[in-house]
Amino acid sequence: MSDIEPILKARGLLKRYGTVVALNGADFDLYPGEILAVIGDNGAGKSTLIKAISGAIIPDHGEIAFEGKPVHFRSPEDARNAGIETVYQNLALSPALSIADNMFLGREVRRSGLLGSLLRMMDRGHMQKFAREKLSELGLMTIQDINQAVETLSGGQRQGVAVARAAAFGSKVIILDEPTAALGVKESRRVLELILDVRSRGIPIILISHNMPHVFEVADRIHIHRLGKRIAVIRPKDYSMSDAVAIMTGAMQPPEMVEAMAG
Amino acid sequence: MSDSNAPTKTISDFEAKLAQADKSVASFERDDRSLFHIVRSFLRTNPTTIPTLVLIVSIAAFGLIAPRFLGPGALSTVLQQITVTGIIAIAQTLVILTAGIDLSVGAILVVTSLIMGNMAVNLGVPLPIAIGVGMMFGALMGWLNGVLVAIIKLPPFIVTLGTLSIFTALKLWYSHSESIRNADILEKAPGLLWFGEAVRFGGFKLTYGTISLAVVAAIVWYMLNRTAWGRHVHAIGDDPDAARLSGIRTRRTLISVYALAGLICGFAGWVAIGRVGSVSPISFDTVNLGSITAVVIGGTSLFGGRGSIVGSVLGAIIVGVFNTGLSLAGVDDYWQMFAAGTLVIIAVALDQWLRRASQ
Repeated sequence: MSDIEPILKARGLLKRYGTVVALNGADFDLYPGEILAVIGDNGAGKSTLIKAISGAIIPDHGEIAFEGKPVHFRSPEDARNAGIETVYQNLALSPALSIADNMFLGREVRRSGLLGSLLRMMDRGHMQKFAREKLSELGLMTIQDINQAVETLSGGQRQGVAVARAAAFGSKVIILDEPTAALGVKESRRVLELILDVRSRGIPIILISHNMPHVFEVADRIHIHRLGKRIAVIRPKDYSMSDAVAIMTGAMQPPEMVEAMAG
Repeated sequence: MSDSNAPTKTISDFEAKLAQADKSVASFERDDRSLFHIVRSFLRTNPTTIPTLVLIVSIAAFGLIAPRFLGPGALSTVLQQITVTGIIAIAQTLVILTAGIDLSVGAILVVTSLIMGNMAVNLGVPLPIAIGVGMMFGALMGWLNGVLVAIIKLPPFIVTLGTLSIFTALKLWYSHSESIRNADILEKAPGLLWFGEAVRFGGFKLTYGTISLAVVAAIVWYMLNRTAWGRHVHAIGDDPDAARLSGIRTRRTLISVYALAGLICGFAGWVAIGRVGSVSPISFDTVNLGSITAVVIGGTSLFGGRGSIVGSVLGAIIVGVFNTGLSLAGVDDYWQMFAAGTLVIIAVALDQWLRRASQ
């Protein structure tokens, strides 16, 4: 019923590791402004799918189109430069460095003029200000602690910093890999709110999670992966969690796909 | 998940209750406000506090035991003694920050000073070229360490243990196990001894070598703390996978760290000629462990990611203070080694404790 184009689209992805077929003609669609959950049993190939989309692996066959144009990511940097940010399960934060340093890690801003070009001096004032603004926008902090080492933060706070980093640099798609897996109930709650907050800024999110209640709470659509393929896309309000698990494990016949997000 | 909807319901109720809970998303309040925690977090954010205190206390203590220690002569001696170790400790700090170790620093230093001495004295090459070539070879040897660590992915300990042997063999082959005498250097290339000259005020003598230590420390401090490269060095030592996923070119950065360490060792080779007045293939064989001792006493973690240049220089000075102080106090030489060993163990124990605090 909708003719919105997917922002990120993959068709017929194939990836073999020796004799093991991790992706067997997988399709994928992410629409603007939605939270798409990707679920699947262990070994179903969902992490291979995500790696193909985020540039961490190169599929043997198949096409990926981003904003309507075909793309060929050769590394995670390629994907990031295109605007696809991945928040890895281990968060990729450097514990001894400060929150501000971590947010800008790998994309530090230099001072203008000779100080920057010749002496390569970083513009710490700008970076700290920017980091503070971005964290405040997401309701993540009280101001004075931007130079606190990340290791002094709790798991949920670190997740918050990692998500803020992903959202801060004009990214167009954010991939979250098991964001609540290592967290307690209360911290998971906060991270889910953060995810909804990021979506409300118009950034579509791919959420990989094993946690069905979390998936059903925040996802607009659920991509179910089985045996290296997408076998169904459902809306959480049309199905129960047990249905989703049944489809995922092959105990239930997959329904027809849901194409667009609005409904 | 079970077959019925019941668990879902329960979880929804539970989550509904939770929705009434504190809504502020991950605020950064800290609840560990006991004195114990404050001290620990202060030490973690200011890692040079302890070496500074140790230095002040040990200078005061040795001043009480042997009043001559506080005289300008003894303090000048301390600074002269630690100059070469201090510069090497700066190179070592860079490598240790990446969670590596460089056992070949002393061998690189001797090879480069032999190259400089041989070219300038025996071959009559102009001094700037001799020094430039020597430092280039220092960087090249460091680069080789870096390639073996970053590309071939061998443990730094093994790589530099191997290159230590290789460079030691090369220095003996290159020099035919012969020294270059002070008289020959004075006659043909006195500029090689420049860092041994000194400015004097009162009885106090500050060599150009010691001043160069301060300059090298300032430059490397700037690189580590004010440039993106420095942040990347810390990040790689802290968590190499996280650094790579953040888009840091870890291999390139690692190689640059080892090459820069080699270049600094090459510079130290020039300073060392001024310090001892001659070039001997068998000198400075304790500078490897001396530099590691200084770095560790200075509060840099052998596990990478945290540490400071200032700390390493302070660490080198502390070792010098203990050596000179103990010998002025009339204690036998071997107790100097005993003291250095004790300091190292205490420093590492302290680092472990601080690291545990971060979990």
